[in-house]
Amino acid sequence: MTSSTGLHIKTYCMLLIMVVFAPLGNVLLGKGMKNVGSAVSWAPSRLPHIISLVFTSGYVWLGIASLLTFFVAYMLILSWADFSYVQPASSIALLVVALLGYFYLGERISPLHWTGIVVICLGVFVVGNTPPRTTEVR
Amino acid sequence: MREALLLFLVVASGTGGEICVTRAMKHVGEVTDFRPLAVVRVILRAMKVPWMWIGISMMTLAFFSLLAVLSIENVSFVVPVTALNYAAGALGGKFFLGERVTPRRWAGVLIVCVGVTLVWLGKR
Repeated sequence: MTSSTGLHIKTYCMLLIMVVFAPLGNVLLGKGMKNVGSAVSWAPSRLPHIISLVFTSGYVWLGIASLLTFFVAYMLILSWADFSYVQPASSIALLVVALLGYFYLGERISPLHWTGIVVICLGVFVVGNTPPRTTEVR
Repeated sequence: MREALLLFLVVASGTGGEICVTRAMKHVGEVTDFRPLAVVRVILRAMKVPWMWIGISMMTLAFFSLLAVLSIENVSFVVPVTALNYAAGALGGKFFLGERVTPRRWAGVLIVCVGVTLVWLGKR
């Protein structure tokens, strides 16, 4: 019982870190990239200038730091849990992204869009009730 | 068109990279010691596995594609659409990593895909 409980506790701790830092990172990157300008108008000759704009943006660097934190938690959890469990289970982050986009970035989100996000979270709930590991321990 | 291509790169390259990273971490073995120094040692050990570098390369491509598409579209649209990689991830987990994907997990992945479709339609 203790081994199984411990496995679940450390799995949920890592998932919590992932669902906080991945959305935060994406929102910060989104804010930074909106200041750089739309990729639709990026000409190849302007790429060095665009790259310099990207990597001098504080928001982009904060976003990268958040995503690195997410990535370390992700690496650790993948050492014991199935990929096909971790990936969908962490998709609760999609709801967090939408909430941050709506409240922090002021993005317009239609009712159908919200419905889609809620449906995704329902899918996450279904996946989250399956065992974290189905393969042999090495 | 450019958005669709960039989103495809985010999904395909991102999922491929995650599968490679998973393979590397399974090779490293289960992490049981979470003290900072032990975690650093695990990361250094993982960096010696070739799959980790292939995974990081693919995830780098996915990252720069994500940056480009975020300059065009809202983050509340882009990130949910990238959830399409759940379907690709379940397939990859089953066929490349030998994981047993249960019918319940498949059902969850299917619901996630329906949600992504609604998000896409909600943007129109």
